[in-house]
Amino acid sequence: MRLRIVSIASLVPLAGCKGWQSALDTHGPGATSLEKLFWIFLFILTVVWILTMLGLLVALRARRDAATDPLAVDATRERTMTRTVATLVGLTAVTVLALTGFSYAYQKRLFDRTENVLTIKVTGHQWWWQVDYEDEQPNRTFTTANEIHIPVGEPVRLKLEASDVIHSFWVPSLMGKMDNIPGRQNVIELQADREGVYRGQCAEFCGWQHAHMAMLIVAKPKAEFENWKNQQIASASPPSDDAQKRGEQVFFTSPCVMCHSVRGTSAGGRVGPDLTHVGSRLTLAAGTLQNTRGNLAAWIVDPQRIKPGTNMPLMQINPQDLDLLVSYLEGLK
Amino acid sequence: MKLLPFIICLGFSLAACEREKRDFRTAPVSEESQEKTALVSLSPGSSPPEQEVSGKARSFEGNAYHLSQGKRLYAWFNCNGCHANGGGDSGPPLMDDRWIYGSSLENIVQTIREGRPNGMPSFRGKLPDDQIWELAVYVRSMSGLEPKAAAPSRNDDMHPLPSENRMPPSSPVPGGSASPSATAPQ
Repeated sequence: MRLRIVSIASLVPLAGCKGWQSALDTHGPGATSLEKLFWIFLFILTVVWILTMLGLLVALRARRDAATDPLAVDATRERTMTRTVATLVGLTAVTVLALTGFSYAYQKRLFDRTENVLTIKVTGHQWWWQVDYEDEQPNRTFTTANEIHIPVGEPVRLKLEASDVIHSFWVPSLMGKMDNIPGRQNVIELQADREGVYRGQCAEFCGWQHAHMAMLIVAKPKAEFENWKNQQIASASPPSDDAQKRGEQVFFTSPCVMCHSVRGTSAGGRVGPDLTHVGSRLTLAAGTLQNTRGNLAAWIVDPQRIKPGTNMPLMQINPQDLDLLVSYLEGLK
Repeated sequence: MKLLPFIICLGFSLAACEREKRDFRTAPVSEESQEKTALVSLSPGSSPPEQEVSGKARSFEGNAYHLSQGKRLYAWFNCNGCHANGGGDSGPPLMDDRWIYGSSLENIVQTIREGRPNGMPSFRGKLPDDQIWELAVYVRSMSGLEPKAAAPSRNDDMHPLPSENRMPPSSPVPGGSASPSATAPQ
């Protein structure tokens, strides 16, 4: 009975093998080659482990006569023993060399570089991701946060940087992890072979809210991606109705403007995420909350309860102003 | 019996557990510490010219976390836009011994919150009280008025002077002293 419970419980972790954030459910060349490498290692090492355990079992079961001298050498068996040991040592060397070879062959692909691809700079902050899309034309660059949209089936180059401590960029379904290190730039290329939303997470402990530092990769067809890009390049749309107009006034008179920027207005803070098109994002607070009206209001009222230690301070805002402010931010599509 | 001294010694190591205290949940932006500050030594009535109300000065002075946080905020909120890295630009230098509006932590907090004539803007209602105090301790550390062990170290980028914790302390001159350029022959 107990065995059954244990065996059922041991199946539970398998649920983690599928889904939008899994190194075993891969949709990009980088992650796929790592996955293959993982299975090769797992297979060979399982065989080695089973053989070792069998050998140990045989040794444990073997009975030795207490009377005979343990150091006595049987001349007839000595030659066989030498051969067996030599064969096993040789096999071990071949296995280790083979594993090293596989490792080299697959990992080499991870660092292949293609020219003239979409380049995105991803900067890790405590505890969110700043995403800068680069372009040869300066007026076609733009900044967003915690959400990276990429065209499907194309390699994309990511320049990884950090502003405060070491972070690590990891989207398990698309690519292996790579550190964001303050003062230097690491480069990786990733590609999504299938449309969809993939989740990534900071993979290097970076402080109190390390666990709440996620980002989404949205892979979509080229045409859709270009539409999205053009929409993101545009300045913020001016507030359309009365509530949004008054909400904009609340935004400009409150502490929001110290840190956040809304392109097309005088708000130009560089400390927090760019809010120019915050209404079009899927999540808030680096993948912590769904982007809904209620969550947005909750986050503004008390960010320190949702992500204690975050740099966004508490501000006392009356309910009417909050309602207007949320209307304004929601309208920033 | 031999174990006892060992355990006692181990107990001493607990003293290292709480080197610094700080609040993890800080006050909202609208709350202000009401320290009474003065720029003159005179005050009406029996109350002294300076009064401690919140007692924040004691918890912020020499606190390494607040100092380093102040250093980040200094760049984030563009203090260096006018004061450069402390050497001064369109705003007065912060790393010399000249304090136009007082060198005490309370004075600097008031300067940041209220603003001062000729360009210093008021940050009332824009910054939480604790961040103003953090900025103020960092400003004090620029002229070596904070303990060396706590002051933030060298910048990653260019800096006109050695790091704050290597600077010799300069004794504050209330009301300010004339800068070398002002005393030099015209």
